[in-house]
Amino acid sequence: MAASERMILNIGPQHPSTHGVLRLVVELEGETIVKITPHIGYLHRAIEKLCETKTYQQCIPLTDRLDYLAPLSNNLGYVLAVEKLLGLEIPGRAQYLRVIMAELTRISSHLIWLGTHAMDIGAITMFLYTFRERETTYDLFDLAHGARMNVSYMRVGGLARDVPGEFFQRLDAFLDDLPKRIDEYETLLTKNRIWLNRTRGVGVLSAEDAVSLGVSGPNLRASGVGWDIRKACPYSAYGEFDFKIATAHNGDVYDRYLVRLIEMRESTKIIQQALSILPEGPIVADAPKVVFPPKHLLSSDMESMIHHFKLVAEGFSPPEGECYVSIEAPKGELGFYVVSDGGPHPYRVKVRAPSFVNLQALSKMAEGRLIADLVAIIGSIDIVLGEVDR
Amino acid sequence: MSKEHAAIEKIKERFGEKVIIETKEFRNEITLVVAADAILDVARLLKEEPTLDYSFLSDICGVDWPNRSERFEVVYNIYSIRHNSRLRLKVRVKENEPSLPSVTPIWPTANWHEREAFDMFGIEFVGHPDPRRILNPDDFTGFPYRKDFPIR
Repeated sequence: MAASERMILNIGPQHPSTHGVLRLVVELEGETIVKITPHIGYLHRAIEKLCETKTYQQCIPLTDRLDYLAPLSNNLGYVLAVEKLLGLEIPGRAQYLRVIMAELTRISSHLIWLGTHAMDIGAITMFLYTFRERETTYDLFDLAHGARMNVSYMRVGGLARDVPGEFFQRLDAFLDDLPKRIDEYETLLTKNRIWLNRTRGVGVLSAEDAVSLGVSGPNLRASGVGWDIRKACPYSAYGEFDFKIATAHNGDVYDRYLVRLIEMRESTKIIQQALSILPEGPIVADAPKVVFPPKHLLSSDMESMIHHFKLVAEGFSPPEGECYVSIEAPKGELGFYVVSDGGPHPYRVKVRAPSFVNLQALSKMAEGRLIADLVAIIGSIDIVLGEVDR
Repeated sequence: MSKEHAAIEKIKERFGEKVIIETKEFRNEITLVVAADAILDVARLLKEEPTLDYSFLSDICGVDWPNRSERFEVVYNIYSIRHNSRLRLKVRVKENEPSLPSVTPIWPTANWHEREAFDMFGIEFVGHPDPRRILNPDDFTGFPYRKDFPIR
């Protein structure tokens, strides 16, 4: 067919199956996709540049708004990078709570992914079930952090506050319940004929292509590469927990589904282990030049008041240098490259957003396939445009 | 000798001392500043030599240092999945000639990263297959992540 007979179809930026403001210009021959040109940037807020005008602690709320379905992971990646710049050690209880929150976020993020992805393909029931459980995770976040989405819970040097006792009871109940719920999801999808037809052999990405395109997280592991940063370079307290890396081998939409289901089960186990040996103690490092003093001391302790004043008015200044720290976020390798010139503001913050990089693989997965597969493939990558565009 | 130091030795052995302008170590992270015209050779060696195998390019970004004679830094954070080793490469370019070779032939993932560095800093990557802006609109003027671009 001559090139002039190709149809050009514009999908998005306002389209329910593009998961945000993604725009795709798709060239079609009949129903076959010949070329995909993604257009991104509709949600660009220059978060990296805004960080350069703030103190190090003030950047944390900005990180919530990257992958807004996993704000705690973003908080964690950023504070780890700054703590590395400072050379700061964090107390055990804070480390464990960070792991608990990061894994709860992974579950929450995967639940939203499963519900919306299944709905894209036509399994609308799934959406109602996964959003029921997701709501429980958001109630837990609300209880512990005082917010559902933009939690800003972590601080350079530790955490904003300890969690209330009620949190643990409700978390225990949720973790007991979740594996049964995941079993239920599986009865609806895993052997479902329609689901298999829509996902198996669709959007295949080989291990080699995945690595060369920089794909990470569940997408990479579904292609058979067992790389998980929690195991390869354990941060926080991950080295102390027993869990397995979920992998699959076909690299198709179905395998990406399987990998994320296993990950939710593994995350449940990690949280349960962390809860069983959660240490007592402080939730911030003993570093008065970095960490805000407890509020109640401000009216009675002169030194605390001075530190508080200095931290609010100026912030703190890490030594001159640069660090790249990456964590295993729900979507893949979330990296923060932070450069300090020795001043109280970050000189440069670069966010290596997993969705940005993973989205690049869309063309490879979808070109040559039918247009009907495109929606399934976009959903399977699990992108969040807040993170793609930053 | 750590894997990162082995990589440095390998580069020196293959291309001579001159291609590495500076080596820095901070908080156990190693940064290599490489001559702009050598970046492709160094990148290819790091990726293709099996004992190094830096096949995963995590990120590329620009950094602006307006008071330096070579104003822009292009920073490559690379990783070897096989050897679990991280390394950072850097290339410095001048303001009036902000161009360097694209590493897309070696790491295809560089495509969007280099487009972003061009979009935000005006750094040109010679040989890039699709040199367009990426986050800002095509008709945007200026390079917003440069330090002299006003924040409001």
